[in-house]
Amino acid sequence: MAGKKNTTPEQQQYQQLQQKHEKKRPVLKNCIKAFFIGGLICTIGQAISYFYIYFFNFTEQSVGNPTVATMVFLSMLLTGFGVYDRLGQFAGAGSAVPVTGFGNAVISAAIEHRTEGFVLGVGGNMFKLAGSVLLFGVFAAFVVALIKTLLGIWGGI
Amino acid sequence: MLAMFFWAFVIGGLICVIGQLLFDVAKLTPGHTLSLLVVIGAVLAGFGLYEPLINFAGAGASIPITSFGNSLVNGALQDANNHGLIGVLTGMFQVTSSGVSAAIIFGFIGALVFKPKG
Repeated sequence: MAGKKNTTPEQQQYQQLQQKHEKKRPVLKNCIKAFFIGGLICTIGQAISYFYIYFFNFTEQSVGNPTVATMVFLSMLLTGFGVYDRLGQFAGAGSAVPVTGFGNAVISAAIEHRTEGFVLGVGGNMFKLAGSVLLFGVFAAFVVALIKTLLGIWGGI
Repeated sequence: MLAMFFWAFVIGGLICVIGQLLFDVAKLTPGHTLSLLVVIGAVLAGFGLYEPLINFAGAGASIPITSFGNSLVNGALQDANNHGLIGVLTGMFQVTSSGVSAAIIFGFIGALVFKPKG
């Protein structure tokens, strides 16, 4: 995208015209859809959590791990059959923010690039979309944990 | 138990609404939004605010991607308590191993089984 500085007057006029005719995003409607689909996915997650607590002896604290793995597995099936992308068009952040969205990003990239071969295509592109989440998650966690640990060592907090 | 389902629905839905607002109002791309949410989760974990939310809302707090940042911090801090500073590195993926390994394994299986559409 061109910055505001390097545009001619004609271009600026056009940009204003474009802004005037640009469709306003239906923010409220999108938020309601995101709320219901996101809430529904989390409710399914809660049901899976109870399943693991009652049948496989997990505790409320440790149940997050198997639940996340199961949700990613479900997201593989839904992505493979093309359901999750359609859901994403409808729900926006409602399907992107839960961990199934992370799974969908990895899996759809893997499926999309399989024609380029398994090593360079699938292996090389798998984390194309989800890599930024991993990078910033890990780095932020590193900084936060480092600060807290150092404060604990020096300050006895 | 029913209350837990209710709060999972409400809190999970609200976190998704925050994501939707970042999409629509702040005009961030999905990549930026998810990265920001993970960082927010890590920072909240640093202040010890995310665990209470999980105790309160269950999967409503542990399924959204913010919990990924939270588990990374918790794993790092647990190992740092036991082994000192190097634990920050060794413990990083201890709690949240399943999300990443499941994504890799099922991603590869998915690529073996399914054909790209369109």
